[in-house]
Formats: sequence, structure tokens, C-alpha cells
Amino acid sequence: MRTIRYREALREALVEEMRRDERVFLMGEEVGHYDGAYKVSQGLLKEFGEKRVIDTPIAEAGFAGVGIGAAMTGLRPVIEFMTWNFSFVAFDQIISNAAKTYSMSGGTVKVPIVFRGPNGAAAQVAAQHSHSVDPFYTNIPGVWVAIPSTPRDAKGLLKTAIRMDDPVIFLEGETLYNLSGEVPDEEELIPFGKARIGREGDGCTIVAWGRPYHTAMQAAEKLAKEHGLECEVVDPRTLRPLDEDAILESVRKTHRCVVVHEHWPYGGPGAEIVDLVQREAFDDLDAPVLRVGSLDVPMPYATNLEKLVLPTVERIEAAVRNVAYL
Amino acid sequence: MLLIRRFEEESARAYAQGKIGGFLHLYIGQESIAVAAASLLREGDTVFQTYRDHGTALAMGMSPEAAMAELFGKDTGCSRGLGGSMHFFDAARGFLGGWGIVGGHVALAAGAAFRNKYLGVDNVTLCFFGEGATNIGGFHEAMSLAGLWKLPAVFICENNQYAMGTPLSRTSPLSDLSVKAAGYGMPGDRFEGYDVELVRERLGAAVERARRGEGPTFIEIETYRFRGHSMSDPGKYRTSEELEERKKKDPIRIARDRLRETGADEAALEAIEDEVEEAIEAALKHAEEAPPAKEEVMMSTVTVEEFR
Repeated sequence: MRTIRYREALREALVEEMRRDERVFLMGEEVGHYDGAYKVSQGLLKEFGEKRVIDTPIAEAGFAGVGIGAAMTGLRPVIEFMTWNFSFVAFDQIISNAAKTYSMSGGTVKVPIVFRGPNGAAAQVAAQHSHSVDPFYTNIPGVWVAIPSTPRDAKGLLKTAIRMDDPVIFLEGETLYNLSGEVPDEEELIPFGKARIGREGDGCTIVAWGRPYHTAMQAAEKLAKEHGLECEVVDPRTLRPLDEDAILESVRKTHRCVVVHEHWPYGGPGAEIVDLVQREAFDDLDAPVLRVGSLDVPMPYATNLEKLVLPTVERIEAAVRNVAYL
Repeated sequence: MLLIRRFEEESARAYAQGKIGGFLHLYIGQESIAVAAASLLREGDTVFQTYRDHGTALAMGMSPEAAMAELFGKDTGCSRGLGGSMHFFDAARGFLGGWGIVGGHVALAAGAAFRNKYLGVDNVTLCFFGEGATNIGGFHEAMSLAGLWKLPAVFICENNQYAMGTPLSRTSPLSDLSVKAAGYGMPGDRFEGYDVELVRERLGAAVERARRGEGPTFIEIETYRFRGHSMSDPGKYRTSEELEERKKKDPIRIARDRLRETGADEAALEAIEDEVEEAIEAALKHAEEAPPAKEEVMMSTVTVEEFR
């Protein structure tokens, strides 16, 4: 095991896969000469050259579409969105083209492509730059959605994503890029649809992913210390497909469930998980399933207000105490 | 050209009989463009078309059976009954789709051309779209990238005068769209599309240019669709006099007259016409009798990898 940062883990995955397969290339804004807006692609231009590390103009719909066309004809593009907020101008390419082609062609044309970039709020970047896009992209049949919360998951899932024959939406965390964690020395391919148990416990299940996974872990530690309640934190790691078995197995043990997510409260994977739990584990539940998400407002700029909007340790703690009747 | 014409006339009839559903956009009047383009292709070249795609697919060699079965929503259709009229695919022949969002496929064609360049092969990619697509962002971004990267592609605007029901004069300040090429740093060309031989010659120059690695070309071809935008469009935005005038430039009539003038035997021409009738009849029979689209195909073609 080595301890590296989340951005380095992603970079290692890119480098290893580009060395392994000549068809893999990276395309996006500032990925080459600038070494990446968030330095994920640092050094890649030097190793692979302009043929395979391709700077684009500011034209997300254009280069997302170019990636899809290249994937349809045999290449394996990794398309970087500087942030997922900018993917909205390429939404049609992802929904109408990447996600539909295999089906619409009767299973004759594949689209092996990865769209990746930072998702969610950073710090005080306000309403247009703080979207958690998970609800939008998890709604689409034909794509896979990964949202790693640790360096190890980031590397192992990205390597798997690049080798898949389908479009993958890969949601990184802008605030996670500096996070350090252990990554195995040997090659690891983490499968989609397999959750990771971040912390074991029998008091309450907390399902959380991306940045709020770490907030949930902090809340769980606090609850253990202050109330002796051991929460089990389940990180699905991929939202499409979702590891339903892991979530249900945990709920059957704890009889309680709180879902924590950064996306807005209306619908989305948060609501999907609540539906799953009430449908499949109704008789195991000792309390209603609660959710802790962002408030139902556009992200404000002011730091005091921003703190109110995002899930906090306090709000998670309150939700768990509510379902645990503490 | 005649095969495409007769295929679409019969598909219109089948649509009226309720055997074909959804949208059906006919290419009648524009056949010379698809046929000329297809004659320029080599193994490995790729083509992207709009939802008005039957003509190009047939010109590239798709069997009328597979095409008609797709319109009928059958399992033997070119897209297994999952695509329909707007989403024909024939990957083996390089026909990479009929696409339903105006301008959305132009970047895909740029991507296929990007692949040609990336692999260092001399294949080219052709992209067709209507004049209506030249106002949307998808067109602009794709053209910008193709010009910037000198991709081996030919972007072919089939200007059939109407974006659904709106004439060019009300959608663009330009009457000559080919001037847009300059904005993307590529050469432009503009000509009438009624004479299949002329289209072949002018398109051929752009195809060869792309094949030599000299970059993309934007071409505007003046054409005219004799039918409405789709089957639900009675075409009230144009006069019957305009339509009749345009029909004098029917590319099939022009080609047939040319063949006769240059000494083709009338009996030989009639034999071709008989062959076409037989092919269309066989296609209709096949489409009627083919098994319906299958649930297991629908469920197994959402993703390549097993989704769980």
C-alpha cells in the first residue's frame, strides 16, 4: 500500500490505461499544456504527446460529441469536463447520443467512453458552479455512473471505467482532489455495482457517497463516542448500477437507515434508495427512512449560507438520533 | 435513385395503411445526393445522416428488406426494430446512423473523422444535415473543431429550402450558406444537386481532399424535397406551382433522360425498373412476414456489459 492523493490516484489510472491501450486518449479543456485545471492530468502531455492528450476550445457539446463519434468507430476516449457544471451544454450529446446508440442501433454500435470531472460544490463558487449532477445522469438507461469517495476507489473504478464498452459518467469530488489515502501497489480493478462498507456497526445504516461520505463518517464517529451508537456507513461507489444487496443487508442488521447526499432533495438517487429500502426491507425497519441532502435552493455565495445548504455532521447526527430514538 | 424513390413511395403507402408508425421523413427529390456520395466511398469510410436517412442507407447498400423491416418495427430490421425510420444503422457498410436531434450528430461525424486521423488511415467521414441545422450550436461547435484539427470529413448541407415549414429566408440572414465555411477555416462549395453526375464530381473533389489529409470541406447542395417534412405535413407553406416547377428538376428524370440521350437502350432501362419493382415487392413481403421486434433484444442492448 502507498498513500497518495485522490488526484494522483486518478492520474495513475489514466497513465496506466493509456500505456496499456493505444486507443485510449484524454480530451478536454486545459488537459494538456496547462496540465489540467485541477492537475489531474499533470505530466500526461509530456509522456503521451499532443496526439493523445488533446486540448480543446471551450466547446463541451463539440468535444463530447467528437468523443462519442470516436468511440463509435473504435477508439476509447476519456473526456474531461473542467467541472460537471459545464456538462449541461453537452447534455444532448450524452443523453441522445452516448446513452442511446447501442440500443438504437439494435446492439450493433458500441460507445466505450468515459466522461469525467469534478462534481458538486467547492467553496463559495455560487449557484452555477456547485451542482451535484448525480440525479440527472443516474436517470438515464445506457450509462453507468461512478462516484468514488477515496483515492483507492477513484483509481480502481476509473481503470474499470476505461475498459468498459459502455458510456461511463465518472463523478469526482472537487474538494476530494487533495484527500490522501491508501492505494494498493498492485493493479486493482474495482467492479461497478459493489458497495464498500466504510465502517461497520449495528445501530443505524448510513448510505453516503462522494464528499458527504466523509461527513457521514465523521458523524458516525461522533455518535459512537457520544451516544455509544455504532453506525454502519455504506458507500455504494457506483450509483448506476446500485449495490442494492449491500444496502439491504446492512438495513436488515441495523433496522434503521439514513441516506446522505449532496444533491437536491427532489428525487435522485437519495429518493431511489429510500424507495428500495421501504420496498424490500419494510418489515425490518424500526423507523422511517430519513434523508439528509442539500437544501432545496440554488447554492448561495455567502459562506454562512453555503454551510446551511450542504449536509453537515450536525444534520446527519440529528437524523440518526431521530431514527434511533436517541 | 429509382430504388430509393420506389422504396419511399411504398413506405408512404404502408404508413397510410398503418403498418409504419411514428415519424417518416421522405427523401423523395433528393436521391441524387445520396447516390453520388455513396459512389465515392471506400471500405472503412463512415457516413452520418439526419432522420431523413432511408436514401443514404439504401444507396450505401443496405438491403431494402432490412430497411423496410425496420420501418415495420420488425426483428429483422437494420436496427432490430429499436430504431425505426429515424435511426437506421448499417455499421458493416459504414452507415453510422440516422440521428433525430437537429445538429446533434455533426460532432459525431467529426469524432469519426478524428478517429481516421488518429489511426493514420486515409478514410473519410461524410456528414449530412439540412440547412435548418446550420443555426444550432451543435453544428457550430463540431465545425469549429473539424476546422481547427483539419479532420478528414466532408460536411454536406442538403439545402432543401425548408426547415420543416420555415423557408431559409426566414431562418438565416444568408442566402449562400457556403460562406459559413470561411468562419471555420475550411473551403466551401455550393452547387445544385439535381444532376447526379455533377454532384459526384464536386463531392468527389472534397472527398479526395479529405483523403489526402488536407482537411474538411463544407458543401451546400441546393435540393428540394417533393414531400412534406414528415408524413403529417401537408406542405401548406409552399404553392403547388412552386412544387410543380421544382419537379421539372427531378434528379431521376434528369438521369433517365441523360441515359437515353447517351444511347442507353430503352429496354435495358425498363429492365432496371422491373428489377426495382421486384426488390420493393420482396422488401414489403419480407417486412410483412418478419417476426416482430423482440423484448430480449430491447433488454439486452441498453448496455454492452451486463448491467447489475
